[in-house]
Amino acid sequence: MSDRESSLSEKGAFGSNWRSWLNILGPVLGLAVVYELFVLIAPPSFATARNMETIARQTTIVGMAALGMTLVIICGGIDLSVGSIVALSTVVIAWLLQHAGVGPLTAAVGGVAAAAFFGLISGLVITRLRVVPFIVTLGMMLVVRGVAKGIGREQKIDVDPERLRWLEELLASVPKERSWMMVPAGVWLLVLLAIAMAALLRYTRLGRHTFAIGSNEQTARLCGVAVERVKIIVFTLCAAFAGLGGLMQFSRLTVGDPTVAVGVELDVIAAVVIGGGSLGGGEGSILGSLVGALIMTVIASGCTQMGLPNWVQEIITGAIIVGAVALDRLRHRRAA
Amino acid sequence: MVERVDFDRSAVRLEMQGICKRFGATVALEDVDIKVAPREVLALVGENGAGKSTLMKVLSGAVKADAGQMWLEGVPYRPSNPLEARRAGVAMIYQELSLTPHLSVQENIMLGMEPTTLGVVRWKEVRRRAIEAIEEFENPELTPDARVSKLSVGSQQLVEIARALAIGCRVLVLDEPTSSLTQQDVERLFELIGRLKQQGKAVVYISHFIEEVKCVADRVVVLRDGKVVGSSNVAAITTDEIISLMVGRQVEELYPRSSRQAGEVILEIEDLAGVEKPESASLQLRRGEVLGISGLVGAGRTELLRSLFGLEPVRKGKIRLGVYTGPASPVRRWVQGAGLLSEDRKEEGLALSLSVADNVTLSKLKGFGPLGLVLPSRQDRATRRWIERLGILCLGPRQPVSSLSGGNQQRVALARLLQHDVDVLLLDEPTRGIDVAAKAMVYRLIDELASGSPAEGRAAKAILMVSSYLPELMGVCDRVAVMCRGRLGPTHRIAEVDEHKLMLEATGQEAST
Repeated sequence: MSDRESSLSEKGAFGSNWRSWLNILGPVLGLAVVYELFVLIAPPSFATARNMETIARQTTIVGMAALGMTLVIICGGIDLSVGSIVALSTVVIAWLLQHAGVGPLTAAVGGVAAAAFFGLISGLVITRLRVVPFIVTLGMMLVVRGVAKGIGREQKIDVDPERLRWLEELLASVPKERSWMMVPAGVWLLVLLAIAMAALLRYTRLGRHTFAIGSNEQTARLCGVAVERVKIIVFTLCAAFAGLGGLMQFSRLTVGDPTVAVGVELDVIAAVVIGGGSLGGGEGSILGSLVGALIMTVIASGCTQMGLPNWVQEIITGAIIVGAVALDRLRHRRAA
Repeated sequence: MVERVDFDRSAVRLEMQGICKRFGATVALEDVDIKVAPREVLALVGENGAGKSTLMKVLSGAVKADAGQMWLEGVPYRPSNPLEARRAGVAMIYQELSLTPHLSVQENIMLGMEPTTLGVVRWKEVRRRAIEAIEEFENPELTPDARVSKLSVGSQQLVEIARALAIGCRVLVLDEPTSSLTQQDVERLFELIGRLKQQGKAVVYISHFIEEVKCVADRVVVLRDGKVVGSSNVAAITTDEIISLMVGRQVEELYPRSSRQAGEVILEIEDLAGVEKPESASLQLRRGEVLGISGLVGAGRTELLRSLFGLEPVRKGKIRLGVYTGPASPVRRWVQGAGLLSEDRKEEGLALSLSVADNVTLSKLKGFGPLGLVLPSRQDRATRRWIERLGILCLGPRQPVSSLSGGNQQRVALARLLQHDVDVLLLDEPTRGIDVAAKAMVYRLIDELASGSPAEGRAAKAILMVSSYLPELMGVCDRVAVMCRGRLGPTHRIAEVDEHKLMLEATGQEAST
């Protein structure tokens, strides 16, 4: 059409700066509303500092994996293998501690590296064999779960308590004498990594390229973006963050459990989507994803405090996911 | 509007009178009158944004006019939606075909009006009626059971026309029907239109291609800025006259031409061949020169640019770009100083959900901050320069390009090549789907780039431009070559050719010398 459209679009464009803020503001407001709601209707124990710390700790595993998933979803992909990778990571860490006799840091790095390795494989298959991410990571979900069970010989791997050292404290409640920390080290690690990833998305070529690929892969290719390489990096990073999620999971349970975190990938995807990520690619933010993860934990925590059974929680969480995305679409249609 | 009762409406198949339509403050249609008789092909021409589409939307009931009346065979006709229009016998064939690719030809033809008994489809009747509709096309590819996705684009279009015939259409509207057809299919389509005409259908034919209009239509109506600016029998008007009516100014003013100084050869290809197309292409492009590539859609011109740029594989042949030889990926091509403007702005050229700044700087995210960081404020600063220089109508560098008009989107796509500061610009249909003002800007820009500015230290660029619009090539280029069935002919100095000669060469009617 003609330039006449541009005059019509001015109203839409007026919101362009606002819109990026709204993208964040929406989920944040949602979180505030859900939280306030439970403050009003849940028992007083809900609104305590202690419970907030618990919520923060409970969000960390999903939150950690959501950092990587945000990248994958922004570049238009999806990763269904995240839950299995969390389990694999716990098993590898436990195995390294118990059977290889290495220190906690080496074990942690080993767990994350093993996770990243499988992300790298996913990325390679997606780009080299041109199979869609949904299928590749669906297969990888089974493969990795199998590998985890193989390493553990279909058993949990228990670790002697004296070998755990600081690994045990990553996600444990902060003891009184260190109350200045407010939340345990694992939560702080999540916060730091989240800031790093948000900066990566906004201020680096890798980040801008990720957005460009998700927005229009053909344009990215036309503009000389190394599309394949970026995707491989993104899937590797996603798996690495799932591995960190596994580290947190291990810290919480202190066993390597190949059957843990079944279905967690869906929680992670839900967190990203509630936070404004679009499965069509090109949209999403780290802060949004973390808020999305928090919303789900707050609901779970509030329902528990109110003594609501698990099935009620599940219904509410499901409704929130669909509702959040429907609201988001509605807003987009208006803005368009 | 006074009704003219003395006029014999029944001799006219379709009449639209005094049609007005506003969108907000802009007038899309102003007091438009058109008439089509049975056994007549009326061509509706005009630039993009002239109001052709809006007028047809009014006709099909997709848009309601603010004022005006319509009659179908003398009976007032007021469709409130496309379905009603179809039932009344007004069928539209759009550029983008609306078929269900997984279903068979007969299912597509009868879709939505399958004869049934107690909800069960009477397949024999479906088949009979489908065969009735397709048999006169005499196209061996078209069988009732063929899957639509397996058909060529030309045959798919026939399926759509068959669907229109099967419901008994009285007015057939074809909107840019040839834009994705091969020359052979175009000829077949024209034959078919001729036959439909003989059968008494009224046909409205919408196109930018004046050559086609001259070939297929009886009468032509020219729209500009929502108004009818001319109407004539096709035989009584020349192509140039039609174009002048369409653009509303003399053709020469549109194409500025500064003094250009052809410099060193910067791009050289020899016997280049891709997987299917091009079959063979050789050319030399110098700095300070605009080389045009003409030819029909499907001749392989786009494929030539794309294989040059590494977006499609090169089977054989030599390429030299500056000091670099051999094929290279797009990543390398940008580094080597070449940039491609895609013919498909929406699907490939731009990332629509991203901002103007992100689109302009995407090919070279360097120099926007320390340590290789990309600081949005610096991207914005670089982008503002182009917003100003190219007159991009937007509210700022952060506005998503999806909310810009076609002309402004094209400016953004061009700004990317300028921001990257490439030496060789590969422009694929640079004025497709944009309004006249934006076209004039593109022509001016091409001229500026080709002539360079030694005073400001801007070197002359080399431009290789593909276009389907001959007047534009004649106006902008220094030399032109024609591509026909995958083969690139010799280059001609622009002074030595005319549109007619190029057209003949494009259709392979004249052995290229």
